[in-house]
Amino acid sequence: MKAGLAKTQNSLVGRVDSLLRGRTVIDDEVIEDLEEILITADLGMQTTMQLISALEKRRGRGQLDTPDQLRNALKEELEAMLQLDSKSFDVDGKGAPYVIIVVGVNGVGKTTTIGKLANQLTRQGKKVVLGAGDTFRAAAAEQLSIWGERTGVDVIRHQEGADPGAVAFDAAKAAVARQADVLILDTAGRLHTKVNLMEELKKLRRILEREIPGAPHQTLLVLDATTGQNALNQAKLFNEAVDIDGIALTKLDGTAKGGIVVAIAAELKLPVRFVGVGEQIDDLRPFDASMFVEALFEK
Amino acid sequence: MFDNLSEKLDSVFKKLRGHGRLTEQHVKETMREIRLVLLEADVNFRVVKDFVKRVGERAIGQDVLKSLTPGQQVIKIVREELASLMGEGEDNSLNVAARPPVPIMLCGLQGAGKTTTCGKLAMKLRRDKRTPLLVPADIYRPAAIEQLKTLGRQLDIEVYDSQADQDPVDICTKAKAYAELNGFDTIILDTAGRLHIDTELMQELQRIASSVAPQEILFVADAMTGQDAVNVAASFDEQLPLTGVVLTKLDGDARGGAALSIRAVTGKPIKLIGMGEKLDALEQFHPDRMAQRILGMGDVLSLIEKAQHAVEADEAADMEERLRKDGFTLETFLEQMQMIKKMGSMESLLKMIPGAGKALKQAGGMQLPEEELKKVEAIIRSMTQKERSDHRILNGSRRLRIANGSGTRVQDVNQLLKRFTEAQKMMKKMQKMGPKGLKGMLGRGGQLPF
Repeated sequence: MKAGLAKTQNSLVGRVDSLLRGRTVIDDEVIEDLEEILITADLGMQTTMQLISALEKRRGRGQLDTPDQLRNALKEELEAMLQLDSKSFDVDGKGAPYVIIVVGVNGVGKTTTIGKLANQLTRQGKKVVLGAGDTFRAAAAEQLSIWGERTGVDVIRHQEGADPGAVAFDAAKAAVARQADVLILDTAGRLHTKVNLMEELKKLRRILEREIPGAPHQTLLVLDATTGQNALNQAKLFNEAVDIDGIALTKLDGTAKGGIVVAIAAELKLPVRFVGVGEQIDDLRPFDASMFVEALFEK
Repeated sequence: MFDNLSEKLDSVFKKLRGHGRLTEQHVKETMREIRLVLLEADVNFRVVKDFVKRVGERAIGQDVLKSLTPGQQVIKIVREELASLMGEGEDNSLNVAARPPVPIMLCGLQGAGKTTTCGKLAMKLRRDKRTPLLVPADIYRPAAIEQLKTLGRQLDIEVYDSQADQDPVDICTKAKAYAELNGFDTIILDTAGRLHIDTELMQELQRIASSVAPQEILFVADAMTGQDAVNVAASFDEQLPLTGVVLTKLDGDARGGAALSIRAVTGKPIKLIGMGEKLDALEQFHPDRMAQRILGMGDVLSLIEKAQHAVEADEAADMEERLRKDGFTLETFLEQMQMIKKMGSMESLLKMIPGAGKALKQAGGMQLPEEELKKVEAIIRSMTQKERSDHRILNGSRRLRIANGSGTRVQDVNQLLKRFTEAQKMMKKMQKMGPKGLKGMLGRGGQLPF
């Protein structure tokens, strides 16, 4: 996790550190510069203001006079924002398969995330079935099938252009018949503003619900760490449509700062569940708020 | 597209409009708010700083402060500066004038939309009477080659038969030779998505570039990218001689600050924009239009262009003839709606009309017009020919029958008729004014009654 986050650390904390270097007191100028640093880390205006006002409050009480105090306060506030209760991710299903549906806009890395997740679950000894619900994008089902071959997992697929609802139905049936522990359904990337496509997602959800009691147990929204403030809109609208349980944040191995995670946690209370930090099959890690902040702030 | 930004700037400018004359303090206040708006729109903070400084300097200048409508003046300056920041006045057309086969290379981060853009680009080039060859050079992502081959089949455009175990540099040089032998005048190279900090893969791109000497190297960027957009673009630009930028996924609600930032930092023109999932949704980028749209001034030019694309000239003439003969009836109204539907979703059309984006929000959600349209269509289709040509005969029992037939309520039928009579009145007024006002718009038809 630390290696993947090195860039984030360099940019966010590195800049906070260089801002504080050589200073002995915290004045308005420092606070203003800090505001800029937080914004450029994609934390967004609202979250930045929230953080700044929390820091100002501490400063008013005289608890924020030295750079060290500022650093610690920032760490505490960030951690408090990221610390959210989340629905348990317990795939130890006795009886019915544990159903995960993966959604998100185009090109965020849904299929790759599913491939990595399937691999991890398989290695834990779980029997996994994948549903190739992206029948829209050219060769999306092939892409998932290749992941299936790599991990030795069954992939339920239809032809391109087929009804994704039919795939969901067949996948659910197959998962039950083959006594799978986990069913992961891939879906086509869709912009959250396309009303009809969001309706389609609701339908997929309904189909899973009908076929397997309690499903989907986990609705995972995949977000690209390079995304800016639009990720908030994405999370908001997907959540309204299909009740998101958790977020998988991908592509954190670039120079993207991943600050949008904080904004989403603060504004929408949606927990991050996984982070993708590379292209290797093992590069999907469980997200841990305190570890995330620890890694951010380690010297 | 840029609605949110437009709305925010609207509220900033509302304050300006209220004052007869501007003081320096006013300008400063406005600039501070513009700064916040742009930062929230993901425009890079360095770009924002420069922009605000430039606009502020111009705005505080004498001519503005002494002018009679200072608010308008500031808006004008902001619009001009936005447009120039996005490359107004520069040539941003695709440069394919060279000895064939002309190589065009696409590169960018993972998931930016390179492969889809390749397909769209091939279709656009064919429309421009060229014969493109698609070349899949992404051997890393599973099924990426298959994806381009599928797109090629859909478009009926040949795709070079690359294999995942080949070397990408090899693929590209061989494809170029193949194109030369087989009469293709353009080759589109689809490279694998990669991080700008992945030295090995960036070197691979350099090797491809030096071995096939692309005429265009286009950086494909996701319009939703945040503050990191400039780092990525600048880094690609350092390592490769980029010639332009393609901005994708602009049909969502991304504020598109990346568009401003990438252009400002790399100086490379934005050449094309991706506006939808369909393969024809690749458009020329117009900085001036984009600036107007940001400021909520609408994009009537694009709308007219779209109308001309969708409505055949003889169709429009036919419609005009019928309008003259029979007047504006429910039947012609339905046909006009059909024409408008061909131009794209109501949502995207309405956004181009000045002020409509905001009105739409107030109307309570984007899906409304489309739903409404379906209802109207169902109602008219449940009428007899006679009723369609003369709505005055619609009495209570006819209305009830129509409501039942179309699965709506009598109130809906009444409402449609009320709106229709209003539109009819407006049409009559406009016809008196002469055909000038409407020429070219909406198949020379009329106004939508909602």
